[in-house]
Amino acid sequence: MRLALHLAWRFLREGRAQSILILAGVTIGVAAYVFVSSIISSLQKDLLSRTLGTQAQIVVSPPEPESRVLRDEGGVFLRRVEPPEPRRRPFDGWLRHVRTLESTDGVSAVCPKVAGPALAARGAAERAVLVVGADPSRLREIVDLASKLREGAYRTDGDQALVGDGLADELGLRLGAPFRVTTDRGPTTLRVAGIFDSGAASLDDGWVVTSLRTAQTITGRPGDVTELDLRVDDVYEAEVIAASIEAQTGLEAVSWMERNRDLLTALQSQDQSSTMIRVFVMLAVAMGIASVLVVSVVQRRGQIGILRAIGATRRLVLGVFLLQGAIFGVIGALLGVGLGAAFAKGLGNVTLFAIELEPSILIGAALISLATGLVSALLPARSAARLDPAAAIRGDG
Amino acid sequence: MSAETNDAMLELEAVTKSFGEGEARVEVLHGIDLRVRRGELVALVGPSGSGKSTLLNLIGLLDRATSGVLRVQGREVGPLDDAALTKLRGETLGFVFQFHHLVPALSVVENVMMPAALRAGGFDAAMRARATALLEAVGLKGQGERLPRQLSGGMQQRVAVARALMNDPPLVLADEPTGNLDTQSSDQVFELLRERHRELGTAFVIVTHDPTLAARCERVVRLVDGRVVADGTPDEVLEDRRARKA
Repeated sequence: MRLALHLAWRFLREGRAQSILILAGVTIGVAAYVFVSSIISSLQKDLLSRTLGTQAQIVVSPPEPESRVLRDEGGVFLRRVEPPEPRRRPFDGWLRHVRTLESTDGVSAVCPKVAGPALAARGAAERAVLVVGADPSRLREIVDLASKLREGAYRTDGDQALVGDGLADELGLRLGAPFRVTTDRGPTTLRVAGIFDSGAASLDDGWVVTSLRTAQTITGRPGDVTELDLRVDDVYEAEVIAASIEAQTGLEAVSWMERNRDLLTALQSQDQSSTMIRVFVMLAVAMGIASVLVVSVVQRRGQIGILRAIGATRRLVLGVFLLQGAIFGVIGALLGVGLGAAFAKGLGNVTLFAIELEPSILIGAALISLATGLVSALLPARSAARLDPAAAIRGDG
Repeated sequence: MSAETNDAMLELEAVTKSFGEGEARVEVLHGIDLRVRRGELVALVGPSGSGKSTLLNLIGLLDRATSGVLRVQGREVGPLDDAALTKLRGETLGFVFQFHHLVPALSVVENVMMPAALRAGGFDAAMRARATALLEAVGLKGQGERLPRQLSGGMQQRVAVARALMNDPPLVLADEPTGNLDTQSSDQVFELLRERHRELGTAFVIVTHDPTLAARCERVVRLVDGRVVADGTPDEVLEDRRARKA
């Protein structure tokens, strides 16, 4: 191995111009790999965090009631069955379900929530809103409004409420200002404890966040909740976990993937195009390395023949050329990862989303580069190892 | 095994070598019988195309005979696989080629060390010391760190001789070792080989077109059209040539 490495290095050094050119090719290939991967991955993360930062990853609610037809002997033929009229469905045994869901594999947080429509008003200004009530620390695990507070405090006890900046502007609300929330149960007065800017218009313009108890009172659901919001360890497992919850509990569980099909399709398309780009880039790198090594084997036929004549085994010759591929892969990986990371960081300064350099992408790129170097060297290395020494020395074999 | 066999460095019995197949098949060597004893200095002469280099490749275990038996130090090589042949070659044989055939990517001293490094799997200080001493012995003191292309043809051929002797092989095969050299370099290189032969009893088989060089060997084997047509002392074989000319 030591000798093979020594010879490989010397061969590369001898063909310096060729080596530098292909090394530049590998570096650019790996840099493109890192750059594309980091951009796509960061873009996806940004899209996901924007989407999932303002909604639950799984929403669990009581099952929709089914219309059932009572049949008699010689019964009536029904041409059409109407769905039942919408009405409030109590979430029976929600506390028990919370405990079950908290111990479900893959579920990292559960937040019982009450949400119901209301009319918010201050003076003559009115706006239709969604009153959201939940335990503040549990809600924070699902929608982190605390980190998005523009002013005020993350408090929802008593008559304290959080409102979005859109709603605050619409109603002219300031910190501590009272406003009315009216439902069919009558009006309730709340005070603004904090104003948030979540970046999602539906929240900023329409949410009034208060405690679970206050929201239960406002919406006329004492002791009840409308849904259980879940966060999961792996967002891409949400659909599977939701299906398993439905099967286990008989409740209705809808994942973010089901609610955001278009986004999911867009993410998958991005993934596919990114994979294609990476595959083609690495194929080009592999062909570059292979072509340089094929030429190197042809140029060094005589030398390989002599080395074989004076005692070099086929395995050593194979190793010398494989190591040349590996050296291209390793050095190209080091330079390419650095260059790609620098480009990605540079672009990160001008994009609207932060570009993260994930260790998995950097390590993956380095390993793929090494594997590409080895695989692309395999063919030339085998042909070098199979050279007939006598023919190679004669220069005709 | 006879006493003669015990003394034999190389034995060839009815060795043939063909190239190609079917109608394109050409037999280059036809039933060669040859025995080289330990410590012999043998010149292999013959016109171009007589099969000298082919025979040298067979003896050097670089190629396999089509038929017949080849023994190196009493060991039949026919049944050996490639790895065993490579090992035997590294332990038993040294090579000097017509066109120097040094590895241009390696320094002079590394070229000389290479046969030992291939056996040991790497370079070490003892090897370097021995290679440096060999370079000194062939008149190349202080040239070890240079690259082959920085040396003249004669100097490169002396490096090739030093490399051939690195493992102290009992047999050195030289293919036109002075073929591309001027008279002075040619003499220097041959003297090096002869010194080694005298001092260490190394056997040499030297392929040459040069009758002067052949005349300085102990034994001359003449090959014509793939057959040994004469085998004896230089006087016998080279006189025979003169007689045929006359």
